[in-house]
Amino acid sequence: MSLFNVFNISGSALSAQSQRMNVTASNLANADSVAGPDGQPYRAKQLTFEMAAEPGQQIGGVRVAGISEDQSEFRRLFDPKNPAADDQGYVNMPNVDTTSEMVNMISAARSYQANVEVLNTNKSLMLKTLTLGQ
Amino acid sequence: MIDRLNASLNFMQQSLNLRAERQEVLSANIANADTPGYKARDFDFRAELDRAVNQGRAEGQSGLSLSMTSSRHIPAQANGSVGGIDMMYRNPTQPSLDGNTVDMDMERVNFADNAVHYQADVQFLTSRLQGLKNAMQRES
Repeated sequence: MSLFNVFNISGSALSAQSQRMNVTASNLANADSVAGPDGQPYRAKQLTFEMAAEPGQQIGGVRVAGISEDQSEFRRLFDPKNPAADDQGYVNMPNVDTTSEMVNMISAARSYQANVEVLNTNKSLMLKTLTLGQ
Repeated sequence: MIDRLNASLNFMQQSLNLRAERQEVLSANIANADTPGYKARDFDFRAELDRAVNQGRAEGQSGLSLSMTSSRHIPAQANGSVGGIDMMYRNPTQPSLDGNTVDMDMERVNFADNAVHYQADVQFLTSRLQGLKNAMQRES
């Protein structure tokens, strides 16, 4: 354990948060994608984080444990003129919850900022240590 | 002579070591602020510094420990090292639903506080070294 390890910890958090931002961007971009490659409407993706500690270590960074698809019901929109409408005139829309995605985005951005700050502080501390005794 | 020098610098060295260690712990807390179920960690700086000064260096500084590649390995340390730092869990003031106990405000305040203390330690150490250097110089 040394101050260098802090770079790994903050770095892992940065990449995890930017991955979260990626998923949020994908969800928001596809909020109206009625048909994906498989012909089905887009399903919202969710990330799960987990702590990434080396074996035997008590502290560690963070990593993305996996990306899961939101299995909740599709949004049903009444639009008989839409070519994708079923025989009752309803279109299945993606189950993206735009509000919670926006909240997610802000949270990810703030966490990213916090970790950048941590990284900068530690960098300046290390540089200061290098000038010890001068 | 040399061991006297070492003794006079030992306290600051241990303090600096522990500050770096704590910096790491607090960084890990901030990194895991969004991890469900993560419990924020910290240690009692005063108690650990007391132990490090009186009983020797803390774990990780001895340099000789087995690297573990599996969670089923048993940690081993070379002789002469005392037990590692006593890590504790924070008492959450506002528990969250996902079991995460990181309070971002508190962690960041602690982080800033620790960073300033680290800088202060470096500053003290520098001036101590300067003083020694001055004492060793011949009078002109």
